[in-house]
Amino acid sequence: MTLGLAHYLSVAAILFTLGVLGIFLNRKNVIVILMSVELILLAVNLNLVAFSHFLGDLVGQVFALFVLTVAAAEAAIGLAILVAFFRNRGSIAVEDINVMKG
Amino acid sequence: MIQALFFYLFAAVTIASAVMVISSRNPVHSVLFLILAFVNAAGLFMLAGAEFLALLLIVVYVGAVAVLFLFVVMMLDVDFVELRQGFMQYLPIGVLVGLIFLAELLMVAGAWVFAPEATATATAPIPDPAQVSNTLALGQLLYTRYVYFFQVAGFVLLVAMIGAITLTLRHRAYVRRQNISVQVARTRATAIEVKHVEPGRGL
Repeated sequence: MTLGLAHYLSVAAILFTLGVLGIFLNRKNVIVILMSVELILLAVNLNLVAFSHFLGDLVGQVFALFVLTVAAAEAAIGLAILVAFFRNRGSIAVEDINVMKG
Repeated sequence: MIQALFFYLFAAVTIASAVMVISSRNPVHSVLFLILAFVNAAGLFMLAGAEFLALLLIVVYVGAVAVLFLFVVMMLDVDFVELRQGFMQYLPIGVLVGLIFLAELLMVAGAWVFAPEATATATAPIPDPAQVSNTLALGQLLYTRYVYFFQVAGFVLLVAMIGAITLTLRHRAYVRRQNISVQVARTRATAIEVKHVEPGRGL
């Protein structure tokens, strides 16, 4: 029983699907939606690292590093927007987020 | 053998905690399960030979991003039970779409084969781990060939930091703040005023 690329890809596919499912199920809670996006990005990183390992190419890990950077920036900005929105509206329900002007 | 054992352990815990992240009733539990998912995914990274990225995942995600989530969840005074309404309503269609999506992804993953010349044409072959450590190899690649991308990544983080501060900083006018220079610059002439009071009349 040797570990192949398909093992890693399957785990990443399941994680990705769970992230998408989380967006479907928690349609009212922005915080859980942001966490689901983090799960999706983690699945993508897992794919990149797995391909990097099995192809013997280091560039995949470099790219995973950049994805990690963007994911961290996205989380920070998303949560900051969430906090600013909560201060204005007193709610974080998604259906309240339908007016663009502050 | 032991490697496969650990792979299945890490994979199972990662997936189970991802399920708990999206189905947990309490968002604080969601964040804690997200931390567990990231730690176990770091284990998977470690098994795939990406040691630096595995530790980076723990440092950046568990140390910063997940704690940020936890902070925001605890800071916002929101009725999370109300936000869960509609969970069961969306469950059937969500699971249906998820299963179709997963089946398609697994078909892609199962039928995957490398082109025979693919491994020979690696852009930057991974050096022998016994000679060059993963961190050193990654640094040698990142700071030479990908140095501009590295700079852009730094700018992305800088913009994110400035944006987050700009979005959340607010000056509350009703808060009285200490102004040290004004305090220090007070003299007897500016601070007190001598009033001449007529005897028996008051001010």
